Amino acid sequence: MDDIGWLSVTGRILWQFLPVWICLAVTFAVSIRYKRSLGLYGKLFDSTIGMIGFAMVMFWVFTAVFADMVATHDVLSQISQMKNKPPGTVVPAGTSHYLLGGDHLGRDVFSRMVVGSRIVIQIAPLATMFAFMVGITIGLPAAYYGGTLDTVLSFMANLILAFPVILLFYLLVTPEIVATGLPQYMGLVLFLFPILFLVVLVNSRYYVKPQFRNVVVGLIVLVGGFFYLALVSEPESAVAILPRRLDFLSVPGNILIVFVSVVFVNSPTVFRIVRGITLDIKTRDYVSAAQTRGERPWYIMLWEILPNARGPLIVDFCLRIGYTTILLGTLGFFGLGLSPESPDWGSTINAGRKLLTVAPHPAIFPALALMSLVLGLNLLADGLREESLKD
Amino acid sequence: MLRFLLKRIGTMLLTALCLTFIVFVLTNLSPNLEKLAKSELGARISDREVESWLAKYGHDRPILVRYGEWLGVAPGWVSEDQGVPFGRCLPRGGDPASAPRYCGILQGHWGQSTVFKAPVTDILWERLRLTGILMFWVMALMVPVSLLIGVLAGMREGSKLDRTLSTFSIATTATPEYVSGVIFIVVFSSSAVGLKWFSGTAASAATDGITFYNFFLPVLTIALYGIGYIARMTRASMTEVMTAQYIRTARLKGVSPRDVVMKHALRNALIAPFTVIMLQFPWLLNGVVIVETLFNYKGFGWTLVQAAGNNDIDLLLACSVVAVFVVLVTQLISDIGYVYLNPRIRIS
Repeated sequence: MDDIGWLSVTGRILWQFLPVWICLAVTFAVSIRYKRSLGLYGKLFDSTIGMIGFAMVMFWVFTAVFADMVATHDVLSQISQMKNKPPGTVVPAGTSHYLLGGDHLGRDVFSRMVVGSRIVIQIAPLATMFAFMVGITIGLPAAYYGGTLDTVLSFMANLILAFPVILLFYLLVTPEIVATGLPQYMGLVLFLFPILFLVVLVNSRYYVKPQFRNVVVGLIVLVGGFFYLALVSEPESAVAILPRRLDFLSVPGNILIVFVSVVFVNSPTVFRIVRGITLDIKTRDYVSAAQTRGERPWYIMLWEILPNARGPLIVDFCLRIGYTTILLGTLGFFGLGLSPESPDWGSTINAGRKLLTVAPHPAIFPALALMSLVLGLNLLADGLREESLKD
Repeated sequence: MLRFLLKRIGTMLLTALCLTFIVFVLTNLSPNLEKLAKSELGARISDREVESWLAKYGHDRPILVRYGEWLGVAPGWVSEDQGVPFGRCLPRGGDPASAPRYCGILQGHWGQSTVFKAPVTDILWERLRLTGILMFWVMALMVPVSLLIGVLAGMREGSKLDRTLSTFSIATTATPEYVSGVIFIVVFSSSAVGLKWFSGTAASAATDGITFYNFFLPVLTIALYGIGYIARMTRASMTEVMTAQYIRTARLKGVSPRDVVMKHALRNALIAPFTVIMLQFPWLLNGVVIVETLFNYKGFGWTLVQAAGNNDIDLLLACSVVAVFVVLVTQLISDIGYVYLNPRIRIS
């Protein structure tokens, strides 16, 4: 086999993404067919911008799902003859090509970019969701009760916001601080919020049906608590609560730390947004009506105010996933947290930037990938905003 | 107004104290100090030696006392080595009688950098000067361009011009500095594309002076990320103003479209972007760190990365103080500016 030109490289890359194209086509066909009965999600397909954004986001989601089928080579295996080779170079064995060339260690850039999407798609939405649960659980009472509680919580949120993000990362993710277990202790606190949120959510709704409530709350505490313990406990580290046999959910330590710091950075901003919206909604008539009915404060917050705040929150959720993606890239770019071998986009850009003027391809493709995902999320948020403003 | 100002400044000082304390604790955790001892004495020293070194240099006392010393509100430690007294405020061989009792950052004593082997103040001033130049050019590019885009897009909502400019703004906010920087270097300075218009590094800008050739790419990279955001804010504010009653009145009166925008709309439309621009400073700090690392420009951001990566405690603390100070002061200015620019708030 010989080296191939740009045209056939493009063709082969498009062919490699075949499972992704099929899934995208199916998703769009089904969604457009039933868009009238799908609520806000269906309305998204009325706006061109929203559809383009959705397509870009789903492209990377499906790529992450089918990463093993799309990737052509192993992400860690190095072929020394392939160092910094341009796109379309054939491997020495003559069996296949490095579609987007080789990086400074002779690894396949295309496969690393594809598999790297997995790390982002796994961490970014989940971390954003956690940040939202933290922000909502704190922001609602701060705005609803006001007074000293609000002052103290707002002060703390502003404290974190006044920290330059990169300094915070350097302070949280350096090996010395990881050794003290500080990020894990922060995880202990932050991961408690989703359980707390769900318990309060159910409890406030079914307070009048104690039996049903007890069962559901018990289930949440049991299942959530077990997940919680399995997630935070890490054998042979500062926090090792569960015995190894029960610790079924082993998240690699450095991923957990990256996750915790990203949630920590995002939560105060969400807090501020939730607080702002709640302050506005608090004065509405339906809230006064609920108060007059004698509803309890948490019921009003979670079942009267929160559903009415969903529009701006959903839009911000999309934007924030994009922002979290940028943060993850920043962490990788400074070589913090994730291991240098990891194929995530930030680390790959960091590794490739030293040879940028000689061999640009190892850095430019992950950079474009990251940009397209964040752009997709931004366009999606824009489309959602437009459609949710219409009614 | 005075009460508001005093309250804001009080909160600001409290925030600054809390933040510096947190940074102090995080940089003075025992693993960091152990690493410091090992870098001073050699990697193979025993735990006993580490402990005695830490005790000798005053690192073994309660964290609050050490924070007080660093701040300059608690008397500095004094120790002695083979009969020669020395301490925080007393260099080895100095006269104990004439040494000051307090020497923290309040007294202007910022300590010694272990990476650059120089007093922290000397390093910091030089680095800040370089970053100041960078920031100046970023502002000079970012503010006019973003306001222009925002005003043009907001003049007629939904027009073709608006759609194009809005998409452009979304695209720039979706491109973090480490992505746009990489793209610019590849397009404008690598041999792969062949357009060798600009230099891919700004290292020479610090030593040989600034030229368009070596400075444009870093400035553009930082500015671009902010342009989209400020432009969108300006657009939102502009569209809101353009639908206001007084603009309609001015139009019906027969004022020319140019004068409607320039004389009536612009002033009110620029209140919100002003706040946003001021609040953008902390963001720029982020961009500065990334871009200075990427383009190898040895300013403040580059120093911060060096200090954090090499466990240079005094320098990192000083960098954090500067960063926190910048953030808090810009918040204060944006608050004051908002009140000052907005007559509805100013008069009530």
